[in-house]
Amino acid sequence: MTFLNRKDALFILLLAALLLVLLPMVLEPFRLNLVGKYLTYGFVALGLVLCWGDAGILSLGQGVFFGLGGYCMSMYLKLEASTPEATKIQSTPGIPDFMDWNQITELPLFWQPFHSLPLTLIAIPLVPSLLALGIGFAMFKRRVGGTYFAIITQAIAAILTILIIGQQGYTGGVNGITDLRTLNGWDVRSDHAHNVLYFINAGLLLGCLLLAQYVRRSKLGRILVAMRDKEDRVRFSGYGVADFKIFVFCFAAALAGIGGAMFTLQVGFMSPSFVGIVPSIEMVIYCAVGGRTSLLGAVYGALAVNWARTSLSEAFPELWLLALDSLFILVVVAFPDGLAGVYRRYLDPVLDRLLPSLRRSSLAHPSAVLPVEPVVSAE
Amino acid sequence: MLMGYSFSDLGSIMAMQGFAGLILFSVFVLMALGLAIIFGQMGVINMAHGEFMILGAYVTFLTSRAFTTYLPSLFAGYFFVAIVLAFCAAGLAGMAVEWLLIRHLYRRPLDTLLATWGLSLILQQVYRSVFGAREVGVDQPDWMMGAANVTDSIQIPINGLIVMALTTLIAIGVYVLIFRLGWGKQIRAVMQNRAMAGAVGIDTERVDRLTFGIGCGIAGVAGSAFTMIGSTSPTAGQLYIVDAFLVVVFGGAGSLIGTIASAFTISQARSTLEFFLSGSMAQVVVLLTVVGILMLRPQGLFVLKVRR
Repeated sequence: MTFLNRKDALFILLLAALLLVLLPMVLEPFRLNLVGKYLTYGFVALGLVLCWGDAGILSLGQGVFFGLGGYCMSMYLKLEASTPEATKIQSTPGIPDFMDWNQITELPLFWQPFHSLPLTLIAIPLVPSLLALGIGFAMFKRRVGGTYFAIITQAIAAILTILIIGQQGYTGGVNGITDLRTLNGWDVRSDHAHNVLYFINAGLLLGCLLLAQYVRRSKLGRILVAMRDKEDRVRFSGYGVADFKIFVFCFAAALAGIGGAMFTLQVGFMSPSFVGIVPSIEMVIYCAVGGRTSLLGAVYGALAVNWARTSLSEAFPELWLLALDSLFILVVVAFPDGLAGVYRRYLDPVLDRLLPSLRRSSLAHPSAVLPVEPVVSAE
Repeated sequence: MLMGYSFSDLGSIMAMQGFAGLILFSVFVLMALGLAIIFGQMGVINMAHGEFMILGAYVTFLTSRAFTTYLPSLFAGYFFVAIVLAFCAAGLAGMAVEWLLIRHLYRRPLDTLLATWGLSLILQQVYRSVFGAREVGVDQPDWMMGAANVTDSIQIPINGLIVMALTTLIAIGVYVLIFRLGWGKQIRAVMQNRAMAGAVGIDTERVDRLTFGIGCGIAGVAGSAFTMIGSTSPTAGQLYIVDAFLVVVFGGAGSLIGTIASAFTISQARSTLEFFLSGSMAQVVVLLTVVGILMLRPQGLFVLKVRR
């Protein structure tokens, strides 16, 4: 485990204990399901840490990848729910109900692969990555980056939302794909299923976190940070900057896709309201609040912002948006490194003093030196 | 013969849809001019730009209310008062925002995007509390509602012509301001080299604040024009922000001519296509084309030669 020093391992274990032991013990099933939903945004935030925090590529289109993953999952679930027996009152039995309402009589070709569970599971990370590959190839090879990239990814989010809403017969339109019942014969709507899905989700998230940590601690991760701070120097040293950017963008897209699929499973539907501009920026907000250079911070950020949103909107239905947005502006202006930055500045030294054994080990590993404050250049 | 229309019909359709797109074009141009100043010249991504536009729209709404209540005899001319008020209100709000928020973030352009996004949500919530979540519409004076008959089959709405004329005036004004007046020279100097501009005695902070204010003020005027094509609601501005950014990027950031040309292309393509396709598909086709072109030509249509 060379990519984890003792301190990293300790904090990841703490997160695992929180997610797998503490929360399931204290929360009632409904709340636990909500936490599971928040955690699916954690996948996106992990990808954004690599993509934005490390490599300096701000994507405002992560909702697209989240949505694609979610739609892949929901298409499979929908096809399983629309057996010819279950839909025999339709004029064309065996196709999803919204297609029947829109006078479509045959399953479109791009729905066909989603009859099979293995193909669906492959498609969940693959479809978002392929789109990211296309976008990344077109943009990064031409050295488009920074704000331009952000604006174009945002436009893509807008396009996909309009397309999904406009093509009601193929996508379920603005209502999305609803009334999902079983996953390979297993009813996903019961409390028990929600519980099991929560643990699968948390386990997957921890797995993705370890994977992302591995990528960050590898040579590739160091090149990403180097690229963020001095792109030209990395290029002149002989590295193909564009290839690294494309890789990290695709990786983030795949993570977002997995998050979207888990979201669909736990929430029970998928709709364009999780694809567009607003959710995409919100995903960036989770990452910014948690700390754009810390994987754990991003997961906690996704949890904290969503938890704050739910509890504030329950307590102050009028003022919660104002409170949340003011908090967000404050974080961006005053704490650019988010919660993780606050932790590093104030708590980390205290912890080092209290637990000297951790510090010794972190000094022994030069890789444990935390990344410096990001210098996001204008380009 | 295309889709059952004769060529003269098609010509009329093109012309009518073209003029119907004029107000949309004006709103795009005004939004994009403001953004081009703020984004192209200052490098700040102002996601709250749509909310400044809506601020102008609400000011127009309030002005029309005030005129109907207190000065019904002068109602015919309220629009021109409203434009001035909208410009001032949005401009002052913009300067306040610059002072409170943006000036702390000039070194981190991507963060301006996030902070102004938060601001836009706050403004939406404020509008919702003050004006209510429901859409409000503005009454237009009778003389602006009519249409001029050019030929038998072509009609041109008068308010479209007025807004067009206004947009032209503002575009010329911005051009004169930035490229002909000494003050524009200061703006450009600050953009090109902030440290050196400060060293030769330009008050860079003041220039920043006024530039941002003007950009937002123009967005306010866009809001006045917007009241003619749509009803004002707290979230209406958000629908235009992506288009406006694409217009600026497509035209080539920093180039005013490019901004106008791309606003014209995008709005006309959209309103012409809307006749043949559904509204949403027209938007998708246009946006996809623009994104596709930007992938092939990332610097946009018109490029200023800049030394990097």
